[in-house]
This record gives sequence, structure tokens and C-alpha cells, in this order.
Amino acid sequence: MSHYEVKAGPEAYLPPAAASMGNVLPDPGQAHIGGVIVPEEEAYEFAARKFLEAKVPTIFPGPLVLWKWNEHAAEKAKAIRELANELPMRLIPMADYRPKYPKIDAAVEINPNHPNLTIWHNKIDVCIFVGVHCHQANLALKIIRGGTDCYTMAMCAQAGHEDACLSFRDATPEKIRKLTAAVKKLKSEGVKSQAEEFTQIKMTREGRVT
Amino acid sequence: MNKQVDLKNKRIIASNHVALGTKNKKGQTYSDINDIFYNSEQTPNFLTGSEVIREAVKRASVGTSVAYPITPQSEAAALIGELYAEGYVDEYFRGESEFAVMGQCAGAAFGGHRVMTTTAGPGTLRAMENFPMWAGSRLPIEVVVTCRGINSPLSIQPDTLEMYYLLETGMMVWHAETAQDLYDFILKGFIVAEQPDVHIPIAVCCDGFFVTHTKDTVDLSPVEKCLTPYDPYKAPVPCMDMETVPIRMMRDPFVMKSNYISYATHASWQQEVKAAMERSRKHTIPLLDGLIDEENTDREILIIGSGTAVSQSREAIRLLEEEGVKVGLIKIKTIRPFPTEEIREATKNAKHIFVPEFNVAGWLAREVKAILPNNERVYVGPHVAGGMTMPSEVIVEQIKKHLGMKTVPMVAR
Repeated sequence: MSHYEVKAGPEAYLPPAAASMGNVLPDPGQAHIGGVIVPEEEAYEFAARKFLEAKVPTIFPGPLVLWKWNEHAAEKAKAIRELANELPMRLIPMADYRPKYPKIDAAVEINPNHPNLTIWHNKIDVCIFVGVHCHQANLALKIIRGGTDCYTMAMCAQAGHEDACLSFRDATPEKIRKLTAAVKKLKSEGVKSQAEEFTQIKMTREGRVT
Repeated sequence: MNKQVDLKNKRIIASNHVALGTKNKKGQTYSDINDIFYNSEQTPNFLTGSEVIREAVKRASVGTSVAYPITPQSEAAALIGELYAEGYVDEYFRGESEFAVMGQCAGAAFGGHRVMTTTAGPGTLRAMENFPMWAGSRLPIEVVVTCRGINSPLSIQPDTLEMYYLLETGMMVWHAETAQDLYDFILKGFIVAEQPDVHIPIAVCCDGFFVTHTKDTVDLSPVEKCLTPYDPYKAPVPCMDMETVPIRMMRDPFVMKSNYISYATHASWQQEVKAAMERSRKHTIPLLDGLIDEENTDREILIIGSGTAVSQSREAIRLLEEEGVKVGLIKIKTIRPFPTEEIREATKNAKHIFVPEFNVAGWLAREVKAILPNNERVYVGPHVAGGMTMPSEVIVEQIKKHLGMKTVPMVAR
């Protein structure tokens, strides 16, 4: 059967789940790029290059890394901050999965039920999900692929995501730092970040601070 | 559509958050699934299918089992109650109805337990609303369905019509041919259902009465070894409470809102459940040694079946062979996910395909017809229903009749 390429959209009114098109998840030590299984090492450089080429590269940290459930989560959060600082990249949190009323503040948050609103509002062209539960990540990845032109990546703590354009699996702080190291290496070779100037938003329990 | 997955020599990865080698309160050792099935001596036992369900549950580290007594279809629920009394199952109680049972199972699974139950026939239909709810909530509950008639007049004999209703619930549906399959499928079903990338419920079906009430020799893994418990922290969804979707969604106006976004979310959600089903292939193929079994599929005449229809077909093939008619066989082990590519490949040389079934609808023949090119090759039947047996001679008669060979109807003998 023909290979189903998972690429940035907008793809369709209701794009299919890549798994239903025959795409399979990588095994440990592997990643996928566009639905093609590759050695994990290959994906680090590809992802780093995508980040550097982007105008609005963005990290969507989910609840598994936003809250200190355990020391592992805290360490991952630190590694994500290092990655964000290295590029630099925006951090837009997916704090939980509840639908937002009366409407989402798309400038500062993302929600799996309507992630396209955040992508459109901020003109995000490359993003990476990390610390989002797999089910909610897949919901969001499909909707983003359906209606936006954003290139999606996932740093998944479990088995990975076929619905991302690029996916790692078995994420650890070390793997996130390897991604940061890949960015550093490209920068040292002269690849410049194309990211536009931005001010990182800051939130407290009371809401947005900056 | 599915891609063939080449997984030869791959190990099955199951959660080992509880250290392998440690013991549970019954003195059983938490063991790797590969060790249980492939590196341990399997001991033959002469058991009814219901007793086989008990033996599988005894080794499965089940947290909660909820029962609605469905005897006389199967004694399984009562036997699991005995396991609870002996300390092999942590929680066990009786629900008010099959509907209540499945809701209570959901509660226990939301709470992080490994959950299993049994049902059959009218009970399956009564519980039906819960099955897509389980799937949508990504609850890896296992239900053993000992199929029986669902319609009036009632029958406790096998009729696989209820499986037809399960096909689009979002649950995996496996169909055991024998008591040995039933034992293996129950234990292996937990492993596949609980994989983080799958994490959906599973119905392990067998033809009631024929499998549940008759005795057969079954190779059992050592009772001293059991599965590691379910690890709720590997779930692809957060622990669900009133503030967490999907429950929060259900109590919010979100789902009532008439807008594109809410419908798109719901559609994406359904797609994700189907995708999870697709992912189960990768884990199921090495565990079950493929989604189908093939015997002589290079022949021009093939029988495709599942459940005890396969056993009857084997005897029919032997009878036909005596008359010089050579027939091959495809046994389908997983109805959901459906082994589309495998069946296409196995039937590429077939000119006549027969699908014997224990139900009036002929749902398996429809499934097969839907995925095959040149599907005029598929002969829908023979059928029996309502608990009738399907003598092998009836399959022989249908095949010979279709091929234009002289037959004497079985009823006229």
C-alpha cells in the first residue's frame, strides 16, 4: 500500500488518523519523520533544523511537565526551559484539557479541543508537544494538521505519535537535552534562528502577568 | 487498511512497574509475559471453558471483577467469586444488572484497577451503551463474552449475533475457537489492551456452551506466575474525575454547542479510538502469532471462519478430502482489528470462498466481502442460528452444491 505522508496542513476538513492509514509507531531507539521510521539520532538534527528555520517556533508543555508530580517531571521541565532558551522559542502551556469559556485566550494558552485557534492567533509555524497525555496530544495534532500549516512535533514519554509530522518516543530529560544539543551544534555551524522577536508570557494562578 | 507488521523475534513489552520476581499476597511471582508463555512449562489440564476463565483470571492480577450472575450460560462469574474469596482478586461484587455492572467496571478502571467481567447474549445487549463509553474513555477493561442467542425465544446455546453489535463499539474483539484460545486470549488480551498506545477495552469472545460447558485439554501456564498489575500511570489520558475530560465535557455545555469545533473534537476523538485499535496490531501479532491462522491457503477453495465454526470447518475439510476435494482454511482470531491485509494476501489465489457462521446475519461474510477484490468469490454461508449445531456435513453439502457436485441433503439421510 502507498505510504501516507504526515506533513503540515491544511490537509482536510477532517484528516484521517495516520494509524488508520497504515502508519506504525517507532520502536525504542527510533523516531518517525513524516511517517517514515528513522533512527532517533537522525530525528534530532531534523527537528533542530526545523526549529531554527521557523519564524514562530513554539513549545506546548502539557500538565505532565507543568506540575511537579515528581522529580522526573521537574527535571524534564528544566530541560524544556533550556531548549526554549537556546533557540529561543515561545512556551505556550496546555495546563489542562478542559474546554475554555467563554473563549480561549489564544495568545497565552492552547487547548486540545481547539488547538488551531492558538496556532492561527500566534502564526505558529513549527511546534513541539511535550508532557501532554497521548490521547489529548493526538486529538490536537490531527486538528492542527487539518486546519493549519503548522509543522508539528511530539516528544512523547510513551510510544510516540503518528499524527505528528515528527515524533520521538520514551522522552526523558536526557533526550530533550540531546535535542537542545542538536540546536546548539547547528548554531555553532552557522545556522541562524529565524525566530521573530517575542516576549515570553508569564502566568500566575491569578492570570497573565506579562 | 492496515500495513503488514513484521515483528518476528520481537519481545512483547509489558509494564513492569512492579518489580519482576517479587511476589503478591498469594505467593505468585510477578512475571514477564514472555516468560509466562514462552519460557515456562505449560501443563495439560482437563477443564470446562468456564473453569478455563477462572484459571486465566487466577494468573491475571485482576484488581476488580463485577458480576451479574449469568449462569446457566457460563459459571465464570461465580468461579471468579471463588477466586475473590481465595484472595486472587482484590475486589468483587454483584451489580444490579448487566448495565450496572459495566458502569461499575468503568468506575473501577477510572480508579486505576485492572478490571474484567463476563457477559453473554441479552446481557451484552443490555450493557451495550457502556462499551463505546469504555472505549471513548480509553479504559482497558476486558470482558469475556460467552456468546449465546440474544433474541426471543431465548437460547443458552451459541449464536454469535451479539458480536455483530460489538464491532463498532471501539473495543477490540477477539474470537476464541477453543478453550485453549480462550485461556491464551484472556491473559494476552490484558497485555495488548493496556499498552499505552492502545489502551482501549477488549471483548474476548467464545461460542458459549460449546466452549464454556464442554471439557477440553488446555495447557496452562504455572499458577505460581502471574501478570504484573495494571499501571495506571501509563494511561494515555489523565485520571478522570469531574474536572477532567471526558466527564467535564459531558457536564459542560461544550458538547451541546452547535459549532464546528465541538463536533470536530468529537470526530477527532472517535478517530483516535480507531487509531488505538490499529496500533493494537503491532502488539497482537507477536502475541497471537498473527491475526489469522492459515492452512493450505494456496488452494482454490477456501473456508474463512472464526470461533467454533473453524473447528467444524476442519472436519468438513477432512471429509471433503476423502472425496478428492481439496480445501484450505483461514481462521480469524481478531475481528477487531480486522485482518484486512492478511486475508487479502491469503485469498489471492482462491476462486471459491465459504464463510460458515453461527448467526443469522452473516456478519463475518459481509466483513470479508467488504475487503476483498472480486468478492463474488465469497459464498455467504452456511449459516445456523439460535443455538443450532453446525454439523461438518452441512458445510460439506454447501460446498459440493456450490461446486455443482452431487449431494444428498443431510436431513434426507
